[in-house]
Amino acid sequence: MAEISGKKTLFEKIWDAHFVAERLDGREIIYMDRTMVHELHGPKAFEKLRKAGRRVRRPDLTFAVQDHTIATRRGRDDTTNPEGTPFLRAQRAGAVEFGFRIFDVDDPEQGISHVIGPELGMVLPGATHCVPDSHAATVGALGALSFGCGTTELEHVLATQVLAMKRPKTMRIRLEGRLGRHVTAKDVALHIIGTLGVSGANGHAVEYAGPVVEAMGIEARMTLCNLTVEMGGRTGFVAPDETAFAWLEGRPFAPIGEDWARALETWRMLRSDEDAVFDADIVIDCSDLAPQVTWGTNPGQVTGVGGLVPATQGDEALDKALGYMDISPGARLEGLKVDRVFIGSCTNGRIPDLEEAAAIVRGRKVAQGVIAMISPGSTIVKREAEALGLDRVFIEAGFEWAESACSMCAGGNGDRGRPGERVVSTTNRNFEGRQGPGVRTHLVSPAMAAAAAVTGVITDVRKLEEA
Amino acid sequence: MRAFTATTGAAVPLLEDDINTDAISPIQLARSLKPDYRRMLFMRTRWQADGTPDPAHVLNQPHFADPAILVTGENFGCGSSREAAVWALQANGFSCLVAKSFNDQFRENCLQNGVLAITLPEALYAELVARVVAANGAPFTADLRTQTISGPGGEPIAFAVPEAERLVLLEGLDDIGLTVRHMAQIEAWEARMAESAPWLQSAVDRRG
Ligand code: SF4
Repeated sequence: MAEISGKKTLFEKIWDAHFVAERLDGREIIYMDRTMVHELHGPKAFEKLRKAGRRVRRPDLTFAVQDHTIATRRGRDDTTNPEGTPFLRAQRAGAVEFGFRIFDVDDPEQGISHVIGPELGMVLPGATHCVPDSHAATVGALGALSFGCGTTELEHVLATQVLAMKRPKTMRIRLEGRLGRHVTAKDVALHIIGTLGVSGANGHAVEYAGPVVEAMGIEARMTLCNLTVEMGGRTGFVAPDETAFAWLEGRPFAPIGEDWARALETWRMLRSDEDAVFDADIVIDCSDLAPQVTWGTNPGQVTGVGGLVPATQGDEALDKALGYMDISPGARLEGLKVDRVFIGSCTNGRIPDLEEAAAIVRGRKVAQGVIAMISPGSTIVKREAEALGLDRVFIEAGFEWAESACSMCAGGNGDRGRPGERVVSTTNRNFEGRQGPGVRTHLVSPAMAAAAAVTGVITDVRKLEEA
Repeated sequence: MRAFTATTGAAVPLLEDDINTDAISPIQLARSLKPDYRRMLFMRTRWQADGTPDPAHVLNQPHFADPAILVTGENFGCGSSREAAVWALQANGFSCLVAKSFNDQFRENCLQNGVLAITLPEALYAELVARVVAANGAPFTADLRTQTISGPGGEPIAFAVPEAERLVLLEGLDDIGLTVRHMAQIEAWEARMAESAPWLQSAVDRRG
């Protein structure tokens, strides 16, 4: 497995350190340091384990969350979203039966798996993670390799604590330049997908590097890594640095004392070797980047907020996307009327996201006819935001300040738009029907979502502030 | 795991790119612990508002009533990692998919469920598409033993599959079983790691 030159990318270093054996079918057995199970896929995997008479091999390294189907309404319980009830209960029963910790509906640390993992210090630099959700790469922001998996693979990792995988190719995306005001990690990520395409990183492990990334806080890096899967990437990460270590220190599940000191020593070596060769090495200059808005039905159909949607010129797929979105070919995005705004999800549901949105909302009101809602990424984020007084800013402006859940990201908990509505959302997927049948989704940053909420139309947040 | 040796039935052309798993198996219907995977497939486009089949959808056309092979475009199965997308295809008879390219995670999920996912070189892909469209439901056979797709309109078309995957599919090898053979190595890895990076082998809440 060793590189002949001896030069290794960070991906290869972590992968090789977790390599256990090669299987008969050529797959590599890679050890998973932590597994996080959510209730949409957990129950099915538990059922398979039961049927096969298997146990969860390392319940001490396995954690369960309730995020996809849980309601966001105040005072919620198992039954608030009736469709979620069987999932929430089967998840709880599984955690009890197989003996691992669950961050349950009423837990003060309940939240979206990709938000609470890092927040609680379960995610560590150089570690591997497995979540049965395609946005697992979010936590790569701390220098971990995190893999999304299917249900059968989930059963596999629960039963063995390893995944059997094909080694992904390596890609580095160097982000040069400096971000302008109100240009965020979300805009960078959408721009990358727009540039490389929705399959542009298919089969690759993506390392984000360069001055733009180095200047980002950990939460911003999470947003960046989160969207890796939207261009087909197998995982995405940032080499851990002092920013990451400082962010992690003192979190509940992080190592302490002598272990912490030892860990730090190891973690400081976690970087790609100077001359390591990547299968793909890409440079993107972010200096002139504008806040991004998606106009179509996949995250790669995106442009700067001042831009025009393409003139389709008979391209059937584009015609279909624009038809669904009810936008004329060649039209301007700015000024399109908005029905609903959602801020939250594992993409943009952390404190800095809420702060960016609050900075725009402060002293303004949600525009007439717009329904605006915020669901913090975790219950901890919610409490912290309340301590900072952000909830007041939003509530006074007319936002609904909801409990933490995946909520409108996938609509799995009943929070959905109505058919035909135009929704401006900080989530990660604008697929047809993702936020409800017939709903038209525009993906943006939190500040841009806030700007749309207070103006009632798609707005360049930079102009709003100057007004 | 289900083995795959060969399948015969209608080859259905669904010649779009970037069909995502939300389209293949919408989450709205997945929200039951025992969902109807047969009905779930392409739920949003296959059924009309009143619940009856939309006759315009290719899968509702009578000559495609007994499908086995789906022929589609680029990046099939992108988006969410949900395995229901594969189960919904299987529930409707599809055990072989031919695409210009597949999303990685989706292809993994196919393999895990005994579904053969094939990509072909451009010229052969174009030939297959032309023949499938012309055949209009007449049966094709995908055979993993001979690694060919045969059917009306020409000679069998050869396809390549990595040898290891071919073995897994043909034998229907149990995936967990394949890994469990390495349990001693897994345990040895854990013991080593407990020494060299103990923080990885312990996930405890240090607040007590
Ligand atoms: S917020 Fe959305 S993308 Fe994130 S875990 Fe939940 S459903 Fe998945």
